[in-house]
Amino acid sequence: MFYAYIQHHKTNENVSNIVIIGNGISGISAARWVRKLSDHTITVISSETDHFFSRTALMYIYMGHMRYEDTKPYEDWFWKKNRINLVNDHVDAIGFDSKQLTLRSGKTISYDKLVLALGSKSNMFGWPGQDLDAVGGLYSFQDLEKMEKHSQGLKRAVICGGGLIGIEMAEMFHSRHIPVTMLVREQSYWDNVLPLEESQMISQHILDSDIDLRLGVNLGEIKDDGNGKAKSVIVKETGEEIPCGYVGLTAGVSPNVGWLKESGLNIGRGIQVNSHLETNMPDVYAIGDCAEQTDVKPGRRGVEAIWYTGRMMGETVAYNIVGKPVAYDPGLWFNSAKFIDIEYQVYGEVPGKLPEHLKTIYWQHPDGDKSIRINYHVDDYTVKGFNLFGIRYRHEVCKKWILDNTHIEEVLQNLGLANFDPEFYEEFESNIINVYNQTESKNISLKTKRGLSKVLSFLK
Amino acid sequence: MKVIQYIGIGMFIIALLIFTAILGIGHHELAPNDINIDNQYHKEAIIEAGQDAGLFDSKIGGVAFISKVKSVIKAAQKNLETKAETSLPDGVSEWDYRIGDGWIGSYTNSMVSGTARGPVQNKPWLFFLLTFGLASLGGLLFIIPKFSEHPGIKHNGIYHHSLTRGLKWNMKMVFLIPTIIGVILFGFLKDGNALWPIITVVLALLISYFVFYRQDSKENNPQRDSSPINTGWLGVIAGIYFIGFYILLYWAPAYITNWIDMVSPISKLLSGNAASQWFLYGLMYCFIVVVMGVRMLTKYQHNKYQRIRTLSVMFFQTGIAFLLPEILVRLNQPYYDFKNIWPLNYSFFFKYNIDNLMSSGGLGIFMLVWGIILIVIGVPVITYFFGKRWYCSWVCGCGGLAETLGDPFRQLSDKSLRAWKYERFIIHGVLVFAVVMTGFVLVHYFTGKSHLLGLSSDSMKAWYGFLIGAGFSGVVGTGFYPLMGNRVWCRFGCPLAAYLGLVQKFKSRFRITTNGGQCISCGNCSTYCEMGIDVRSYAQKGQDIVRSSCVGCGVCSAVCPRGVLRLENASGDIATRTVPERAIHITEDQVTLLT
Repeated sequence: MFYAYIQHHKTNENVSNIVIIGNGISGISAARWVRKLSDHTITVISSETDHFFSRTALMYIYMGHMRYEDTKPYEDWFWKKNRINLVNDHVDAIGFDSKQLTLRSGKTISYDKLVLALGSKSNMFGWPGQDLDAVGGLYSFQDLEKMEKHSQGLKRAVICGGGLIGIEMAEMFHSRHIPVTMLVREQSYWDNVLPLEESQMISQHILDSDIDLRLGVNLGEIKDDGNGKAKSVIVKETGEEIPCGYVGLTAGVSPNVGWLKESGLNIGRGIQVNSHLETNMPDVYAIGDCAEQTDVKPGRRGVEAIWYTGRMMGETVAYNIVGKPVAYDPGLWFNSAKFIDIEYQVYGEVPGKLPEHLKTIYWQHPDGDKSIRINYHVDDYTVKGFNLFGIRYRHEVCKKWILDNTHIEEVLQNLGLANFDPEFYEEFESNIINVYNQTESKNISLKTKRGLSKVLSFLK
Repeated sequence: MKVIQYIGIGMFIIALLIFTAILGIGHHELAPNDINIDNQYHKEAIIEAGQDAGLFDSKIGGVAFISKVKSVIKAAQKNLETKAETSLPDGVSEWDYRIGDGWIGSYTNSMVSGTARGPVQNKPWLFFLLTFGLASLGGLLFIIPKFSEHPGIKHNGIYHHSLTRGLKWNMKMVFLIPTIIGVILFGFLKDGNALWPIITVVLALLISYFVFYRQDSKENNPQRDSSPINTGWLGVIAGIYFIGFYILLYWAPAYITNWIDMVSPISKLLSGNAASQWFLYGLMYCFIVVVMGVRMLTKYQHNKYQRIRTLSVMFFQTGIAFLLPEILVRLNQPYYDFKNIWPLNYSFFFKYNIDNLMSSGGLGIFMLVWGIILIVIGVPVITYFFGKRWYCSWVCGCGGLAETLGDPFRQLSDKSLRAWKYERFIIHGVLVFAVVMTGFVLVHYFTGKSHLLGLSSDSMKAWYGFLIGAGFSGVVGTGFYPLMGNRVWCRFGCPLAAYLGLVQKFKSRFRITTNGGQCISCGNCSTYCEMGIDVRSYAQKGQDIVRSSCVGCGVCSAVCPRGVLRLENASGDIATRTVPERAIHITEDQVTLLT
């Protein structure tokens, strides 16, 4: 049925030449959707790898959970079958007037429509020694190769910067029994994003995992061993020198746009785009990590370098390219991650610091590996956000409750609908209800337990 | 902690070496009176030939003894052949008088069993403790310290380890081709009938052609096959050991007499009878499922579904599949495994089984009815409610071994779309073979017609047992763990899995749901799917997974770093389970497989 729908809607215009720079999730989503919706010629250029792989799975290659091949979401025949041309080359310059790209190999490629899906670069803040050998971030496949190269016989790695990439890198080295020191600027791990309780729980989990977590300290300097390779790190606050064979720089990422500063594109933090993901240049779009929304939705940021928004932008830009204008709408905020052994999911509004219009209830398991937080509005008690650690909740259910402005008590009574943990897992919904009852001096109780049948009728 | 683990590995290796070495110790002593052969002409001829060859007056080592026995039987065969032409006794058919080729194997086994003398026969318990005991203790010493680790996913270094990283294409070919050719050649030499070997050779050649040549996969490794960068040599050794074990077990049990004698005292304790090779196999199976089951319990401390499921397969293997039948025999009842269902239990409708059950009083009749009820009501009804997992990953013995011993190899299953295409043909082909074979057997049973359409039911029965029952499910099914993952048999061969799968696909409340838009396409789910399902291709579309092959082991859900997958049962949307209605963004939903 859907296939027929696509057939019917395929554009009958002349075939145009769509070129996409970048084969990450954004660029590939764009290519796939353009193909689904049209017969345009599609070319994807990347100098990172021949084929699309899941960037978020880089850590699992290093840890030996998977091979590079396993991180490719599509088999290699997929691209030919779907007439998506893959070019392994680096774009050195873009001629926006001539509509032509100059590649490192010397070739040129012209386009009718261009999609920039350039991704990010690891942040470097001008630390002395940041360009030495055995110093690197974790974003690209080449970063992974670099880590691999220096891991043989490595005695200690120092990671500078908390956040999601920092903890991934720590887990990677730890999986190979390489001692890790983590220097984190914040007083508690990722407390600019996580509420304090969760942040402290994760900090403790990191320490329990035998990772040397140092809070409230910054990187001062990376020392050279005389051969252009890092040999130690100086902690700025204490002056302590930590000998190490590898330095991970994981203080966040920023759009990979430095090389386009003089090109005429409007660039702020990233490439500025309107709600249709169009840049100021004709027929040029920007999506994913490198794009900066000029029309930012309330509660969102202009640059959101996460998997899910990249995927949505890729899909949206395809509709715009094939002449079916759709405004980019990331919908309700959601995200997920995993901190060593603790999974994390967030739906809706759960900022690190509780704003005045929100109230919160929080329950934490005594083992320190599970927690539930639910935020609701101070005035009308409508539910606003969920934060889960070590417990899985259903995306659709949480989203529907939040978008429907559901009252917190109705949510709590039916909280089992949201539970997505595997069968036989203990259910902790009553515990968070007890917290609510104590906070608000109420006496409500759980009416609905976990189970798909009830969810199906709820979502109908 | 580490020290204890190293000691454990050391003990395990020593036990394995002893276990292997004891096949070579001791000797055989055979007296003419010990020969237990009903056919008097055969017996006399063999005794005569044996005396000529000096079989009865010496102590001969294992392998030499077996080949001597074989040559004696062949000499007797020849003598009788000559005599049959000149001096056939009156009233005796020539075919009863002569020793047919088919008797050589079973006469060899019967003349070898019980004749071994040596340290193993003198002190079976000591050797049992030095092998089974030491290996289990060593294994547990290695495993139990892992209970102190953080609960969480334990897959670090799997693709770095020589045992679990898999084999490259060329090395896989080295295994696959000799195994296929060897098994078929062996069957041919054993039986002398050319029809089935020819059919099998043609099928094997066709499959090889399509798999290895047509898609140029020799040069161009298909994506997500199980080929690593470098061959894991421990995997090669493990594969050879497994395959060798099954070949001896199924087709040359005379060579493992010492193993069988070693566990005989246990068999006598349980059923009162001396052990057969099948008792040895069952006992080993139990030890392996229990020890490696404990490993699963340590690995999945955080996952109650996995722990309960593992306890279930441990219970069904030791209690229902192994102990209960032995106890039934002790009570003079038929040997019966209550959870083994036709067509996996392909001999259920064989004449000897039906006659045996029918003549064993009320309990026998109950067993016969129970077996049929499981087939026609049990399988469809329980699968409707819970999916095929209730059997494949909770109850079944093959599944139990795959989920315990096989767990370290689960990532080696081939995830390519191509593998899925072959899987569907092969497994349903085996189901058809099983049904047709059973049909022939039943027609023979009820009408007495031994031939239909020119095919003999006896030879079809024998070849099914040889090719599928022994070759596929044993040698390939377990021997290929380090090559093609732990569910080769369940995925490509098991006719019961095919039957359960048809119910699961078309009429079941079971499915794996995906959690909205949370998938990051990392690939852990696909990598660790032992059935080679590309779980990720569904998860990244937000689509429910309804696949006939899914055994519901729940590992995809366990290894997902983002909480995306959940095994569920619900009837509310049973007709539209595969419809991607729960997709999150604009319309990330198309379900077209581009083939």
